[in-house]
Amino acid sequence: MSDKPEKHGRLSVFKTYKLYVGGKFPRSESGRVYEVTASSAADAAGKGDWLANAPLASRKDARDAVVAARKAFGGWSGATAYNRGQVLYRVAEMLEGRREQYVREVAQAEGLSRARAADQVDAAIDRWVWYAGWTDKIAQVVGGGNPVAGPFFNLSSPEPTGVVAVLAPQESSFLGLVSVLAPVIATGNTAVVIASERSPLPALSLGEVLATSDVPGGVVNILSGRTAEIAAPLAAHRDVNAIDLAGADEALAKELEIAAADNLKRVLRPQPVDDWTAMPGIERMTAFLETKTVWHPTGALGASGSSY
Amino acid sequence: MPTTAPHALSDVTASDATLRRFLHGLPGVDTVGLEARAASLGTRSIKTTAKAYAIDLAISMVDLTTLEGADTPGKVRALGAKAVRPDPSDRTAPSTAAVCVYPDMVAAAKEAVAGSGVKVASVATAFPAGRAPLAVKLADVREAVAAGADEIDMVIDRGAFLAGNYRKVYDEITAVKEACGTSARLKVIFETGELSTYDNIRRASWLGMLAGADFIKTSTGKVAVNATPANTLLMLEAVRDFRAQTGVQIGVKPAGGIRTSKDALKFLVLVNETAGEDWLDNHWFRFGASSLLNDLLMQRQKLATGRYSGPDYVTVD
Repeated sequence: MSDKPEKHGRLSVFKTYKLYVGGKFPRSESGRVYEVTASSAADAAGKGDWLANAPLASRKDARDAVVAARKAFGGWSGATAYNRGQVLYRVAEMLEGRREQYVREVAQAEGLSRARAADQVDAAIDRWVWYAGWTDKIAQVVGGGNPVAGPFFNLSSPEPTGVVAVLAPQESSFLGLVSVLAPVIATGNTAVVIASERSPLPALSLGEVLATSDVPGGVVNILSGRTAEIAAPLAAHRDVNAIDLAGADEALAKELEIAAADNLKRVLRPQPVDDWTAMPGIERMTAFLETKTVWHPTGALGASGSSY
Repeated sequence: MPTTAPHALSDVTASDATLRRFLHGLPGVDTVGLEARAASLGTRSIKTTAKAYAIDLAISMVDLTTLEGADTPGKVRALGAKAVRPDPSDRTAPSTAAVCVYPDMVAAAKEAVAGSGVKVASVATAFPAGRAPLAVKLADVREAVAAGADEIDMVIDRGAFLAGNYRKVYDEITAVKEACGTSARLKVIFETGELSTYDNIRRASWLGMLAGADFIKTSTGKVAVNATPANTLLMLEAVRDFRAQTGVQIGVKPAGGIRTSKDALKFLVLVNETAGEDWLDNHWFRFGASSLLNDLLMQRQKLATGRYSGPDYVTVD
């Protein structure tokens, strides 16, 4: 059978791209889809070849994603940092196995040559590994014991913020996405991600990798559609603790920041990134950490004046 | 108060044989048709002002329930406060219909809702199994009534019912009804999840209504299958037909497993389309639930503000 491929005009099997919410792959609640076209540098209008239909998520999809993310938060933030690191490393392993698929998708989405797309995908996989290593080290770097004037141990430790809405970068459909998503979940947050509006396919395919790599359902939820339409209810949602505006333009970012102020969300403003392959530093992790400080008595002072 | 039904069907209950003949003479339930009807009524879209009305109605129909071994007077007081004012941030939110507790917590519940119009319901008759001698069950009921319960939720003897001993079930219900006296309304729980068939649920409904129940209730909430749209639809048909034949209106209370506003709204559609508008009132229809109330309140806040709410903005119970 397989020795005569493509012989008699085999019908192409098109992939139905779906959302990734709560570990499942639903269509949009609204039933809507939109056309995703290839990007080519020659065609400035961006009307390249049709690639696929992607779901056009509605605000109810966003709401469902938040419910899923909230449900997953207890387990994910409660998992040991070591365990989270292993799970994230597993994501990198799975991505490696599907490298060819991502190279193709990124090349089409961003109008890159095959070689340059491969560089992007390799950088993205390496970034998962890099953040996987950080899970059990970030606490040593940004937490610690504080010297205080009294018989107390005074310890600061970073804790995840909660449910984080992430607007993925518009231009870098895969490396950019990984660069904003991995730091959010590495520290124990759960995420609702809005994929790049024009090039959502690599992001939707990432859901398939996450679903098969020990990441509990709901830790990452991926929506595709009009960024402004989905982001508005997320920014106003009172059960979302933080929002990363990486994929918003200036006007949208301002509008969302105002909506987010209503329940005192943590907001990470969009920052210009020229080169997503550059070392990211730990700022994207610390942006969604809260510091908890505990005062613990060293013990009753004995007659000698010391409890040690 | 007479303990036998004073209506057109009173000859049915004359003897064990007539009761059996009547219950087995009820038409069989079309399972496929029933479930399809319940599912199709669940597809109605209810939006904007209709939704706001339905959410407030549903809140006013909740029997806010805590039936745990770990219940403390403090927890019952908290529950009572929540029943009186479900959303402390919004005084326009209606009170729930009742709080539902175990008999030994009735006094604490009564105190917590005093002067608010919220009723106190108490489960009784060796809830949830119902496996106790009749004398014990009746004592259970009398204690609860004496402590001030406005409503008694009794469980039927499913063992006797499934063994075909309908008269025993009938006599127990009439005895409990008598123990309730004139002050307490009686809700009869069938535990539909244990009755196996829709035919049995229909028979149990008629048996309960003939024996003098003020309400018929699906479940205890303690077994795997609780209230479903289909079994509630079946019971709504029974109360509708019973009123058509006897002129006596009986209430319905689905309990257990109803957790979201969407589910609650589906049940209200069932009520309106089956029994009719007369039942769209918390005197005739109730939800036995605990977590449902928070979801209703979050939906209510969403409608009022346009922003999705979260569990941080409702009380934890």
